[in-house]
Amino acid sequence: MNIEKTETLNIRSGEDIVRVRQNVRTKALAIGLSLVDQTRIITAASEIARNTLDYGGGGTVQVDIVSVSVRKGLRLIFNDTGPGIPDIARALEDGYTSGGGMGLGLSGAKRLCSEFDIRSEVGKGTTVTLIRWK
Amino acid sequence: MEQIPILKIGDCLLVSIQVDMHDRMALALQDDLTNKIVTSRARGVMIDISALEIVDSFIGRMLNNIAAMSRVLDAVTVVVGMRPAVAITLVELGLALTGVRTALNVDRGLALIRKIIDEQDGAGVLDEYREN
Ligand SMILES: Nc1ncnc2c1ncn2[C@@H]1O[C@H](COP(=O)(O)OP(=O)(O)O)[C@@H](O)[C@H]1O
Ligand SMILES: [Mg+2]
Repeated sequence: MNIEKTETLNIRSGEDIVRVRQNVRTKALAIGLSLVDQTRIITAASEIARNTLDYGGGGTVQVDIVSVSVRKGLRLIFNDTGPGIPDIARALEDGYTSGGGMGLGLSGAKRLCSEFDIRSEVGKGTTVTLIRWK
Repeated sequence: MEQIPILKIGDCLLVSIQVDMHDRMALALQDDLTNKIVTSRARGVMIDISALEIVDSFIGRMLNNIAAMSRVLDAVTVVVGMRPAVAITLVELGLALTGVRTALNVDRGLALIRKIIDEQDGAGVLDEYREN
């Protein structure tokens, strides 16, 4: 996988989540994702950015335009050094929330992407990777 | 621009969300609308989301909450103008807008609100009395 373009944004406030959505939108347009796929990846990004802020205590997202041969994609790597997730399988269940949310951020984002990966260690932090291929 | 304007037209409140709202803004709108339903004695609330490029679970919950609270306050909420890509994404996200009535556009939304209010009031015979 080649990284054609990379940029890292901070996620420290609600306004930053808006900026992440806008950044992802610009890049989704740039690689020519369909309207529905743009909507999917922006929505997934919004969900995970909010988790990074609300549960991870803030962090960063690396927004990459990637390619494999002629195929392009958008890869988002969210990273925080917050409390981590003790039970990832449970966190991925539809409707599970520890914070009064709808419990659809992780499970929903997974459905909205082509590839989804989550790594978390209690006391160390959480990394969530999303890819939407064209 | 930190506040979403709420317009009053007859006995309806109209909100057109034209900006990408951050979460505090969405919560403020929810509170403002609830207060305004009470103070203006509105019977209908129309929320135009045709400018929204996405609806995530936070905004979805806000719409659900507004609909639930307006029901308690005897007002009907209709969400209008949801883009098709947004509707598809909401379903995949797993978010059901339970209790949120939807309509294609503002005209149909107003017609739907009228229809529901009239049904509730038994063909609207009590409307004149409510005005006073
Ligand atoms: N970055 C994170 N750090 C710590 N915990 C997290 C993180 N992201 C998600 N979680 C945990 O996973 C749960 C499910 O997340 P999500 O599906 O987005 O639902 P919600 O945000 O509505 O709670 C959260 O309630 C939280 O306990
Ligand atoms: Mg979440």
